[in-house]
Amino acid sequence: MQSPAEIVPHSTGVVGVSWLMIALPLLGAAILLLGGRRTDRWGHLLGVVMSLASFVVAVLAFVQMLGLDPGKRRMAVELYQFIPGVANIGLLIDPLSISFALLITGVGSLIHIYSIGYMSHDPDRRRFFAYLNLFVSAMLLLVLSDNYVGLFIGWEGVGLASYLLIGFWQFKPSAAVAAKKAFIVNRVGDFGLLIGIFTIWTTFGSVAFKEVFEAAPGAQQNTLTAIGLLLLLGACGKSAQLPLQSWLLDAMEGPTPVSALIHAATMVTAGVYLVVRSGAFFEAAPTAQLVVTIVGVATLLAGAIIGCAKDDIKKGLAGSTMSQIGYMMLGAGLGPVGYAFAIAHLITHGFFKANMFLGAGSVMHGMNDEVNMRKYGGLFSVMKVTAITFIIGYLAIIGFPLLSGYFTKDGIIETAMEHNQILGWLAVVGAGITGFYMSRMVFMTFFGKRRWEDGAHPHESPAVMTVPLIILSIGSIFLGGFLILGNRFMQFLAPAVGLPEELPSFHPFSVPGLATLALVAVGAAFAWFRYGAAEVPRVAPRGSFLTTFARRDLYGDALNEALFMRPGQWLTRLAVFFDNRGIDGLVNGLAAAIGGTSGRLRRVQTGYVRSYALSILFGAAVVVGALLYVGNM
Amino acid sequence: MTTHYLVLSALLFAIGAIGVLTRRNAIVVFMCVELMLNACNLAFVTFARQHGNLDGQIIAFFVMVVAAAEVVIGLAIIVMIFRTRRSASVDDANLLKY
Repeated sequence: MQSPAEIVPHSTGVVGVSWLMIALPLLGAAILLLGGRRTDRWGHLLGVVMSLASFVVAVLAFVQMLGLDPGKRRMAVELYQFIPGVANIGLLIDPLSISFALLITGVGSLIHIYSIGYMSHDPDRRRFFAYLNLFVSAMLLLVLSDNYVGLFIGWEGVGLASYLLIGFWQFKPSAAVAAKKAFIVNRVGDFGLLIGIFTIWTTFGSVAFKEVFEAAPGAQQNTLTAIGLLLLLGACGKSAQLPLQSWLLDAMEGPTPVSALIHAATMVTAGVYLVVRSGAFFEAAPTAQLVVTIVGVATLLAGAIIGCAKDDIKKGLAGSTMSQIGYMMLGAGLGPVGYAFAIAHLITHGFFKANMFLGAGSVMHGMNDEVNMRKYGGLFSVMKVTAITFIIGYLAIIGFPLLSGYFTKDGIIETAMEHNQILGWLAVVGAGITGFYMSRMVFMTFFGKRRWEDGAHPHESPAVMTVPLIILSIGSIFLGGFLILGNRFMQFLAPAVGLPEELPSFHPFSVPGLATLALVAVGAAFAWFRYGAAEVPRVAPRGSFLTTFARRDLYGDALNEALFMRPGQWLTRLAVFFDNRGIDGLVNGLAAAIGGTSGRLRRVQTGYVRSYALSILFGAAVVVGALLYVGNM
Repeated sequence: MTTHYLVLSALLFAIGAIGVLTRRNAIVVFMCVELMLNACNLAFVTFARQHGNLDGQIIAFFVMVVAAAEVVIGLAIIVMIFRTRRSASVDDANLLKY
């Protein structure tokens, strides 16, 4: 097996100024937020320009990297010596981070452009673009940092941006609650990540990737397992994996471009990045690796099941996102071969899922922000560009042969199959369910009878929205094949994550591949039978036990409520009771006792001079008596 | 030799103290205070004589000076109280209480 290349300092060319990638969007966000209403007129354009500029820097850095020998493609750019020899602020430009940077700035820029159209009627469009720029900046800091502290700062930054954007329409109580929920659930994961970083620091005396990955294989097995599991907890929070999945579905309260950029294409994949980046720990701790794969498989099935029952188009896509990130997580737990497939799937998913989310946004834009698919139907004829691009994304995600998802998802399934038959077959089943719920979504939205609300006049969206859709759908068609065929992406990623001895070759007619296709076909046919050919009721039928189970997000919220929220409430009630009765009781009781005593004692002050004189005499007699007694001892 | 003086001093002090405690008229109370002071003076002088030391006699002078100052202020207060309340009883002047 070929191990990752060494990280060498590098400061020439565009790579030397790669900090611009982070600084430009941050500058944009600062100008838009500090400039206030004065920037309203051109704020959205500045946001787009900053994002595009960041993309250009990323492309130039990528080109510079391609010109280098593969062994020299891990470049450390030192920016500032914070505590010399202990903590530096620096960037790591390597194939893994540049892949992410291209995805974030590329898809991010398309979504910025789309948002000009989507948010055109919103009075707060400038603030929206400020937050988007802030997000891009934080996300780039997350993936480009050369140490865990920088990664953590970016990690929190994207959490903040996610919170601000989910709650962008904060006048809607549901949006405000969803934003808080996302933030709080993420705190649980961040707690794990933070403890993980602390453990790394105490074990290796450093948080820089270069040093800790070199030292990782020599550490104790238990420590490595602990670090792996703690990092996984962080990844679960950010990537909405079981058991911290509950926030993602509610996060759909945010504007649709946010769902596309943050909650589908980029931020939610940060957990996968973390696991792949920390591969040195996971490869040395098989237990942690196994847990990663189990979490991935559990989530891919849970997300797929949830996706089957949602009538809200965005929530259906959110379930699908959970499920696809489950696939990536599964791949990330399978070592270097899996890493390449996981990241490839992550990138293609970034394209086709952003494509579908933006498509859903385009549909909503034409349908007065209606999200219930039971009130869509027959939209193909009125919004052709949206429909065709959405269907391309759909074909890509279900793994239609020769489209992007076919190559990347199949790679993960085949690799999983080699590792563990059970995990592999569960992933195949998940692909079949994907075929069902995605087909259901397409049939309910674009085909069948028109079930529109009165007064709905669906129309195609403006070019500023459809052009990004077209570009993304082109990526959804070709990107997977381009990355996977000939192991192109695996070779490219090798300096960052290592390369296995035996490269996998692509078999179009392997047993798992054919089984996947067969199951997907069955799922799609079943969906056609239920939602394409048959009448779709406008009011959701009660459904079976399983439907209710999926509709209620597998009772995840109920479980959290019973396990954490209610005991938490009891605890706070107990604390309030103790505070009111215990602490306040003590303080008030003491004051009352002193007040009462002095109230009684003041009666001694009678105002009669002679009684005072008597007490003085008595006191003097006592003093004299005491003196005599002491003197005679 | 000096026992009689001390006994006399104690008697005078006791008479003064009882007067202060039992009489209501401020003037009489005041005179009793003077009596107690003079009983102390007598004791001081007696002890000075007994020990052959002049300190006690000096203190006696101090006491007389303090007593004179006190009489001035005390009598002034009593006169003011009498003017406002038409009474010199110490029990009537009992407003300063709880």
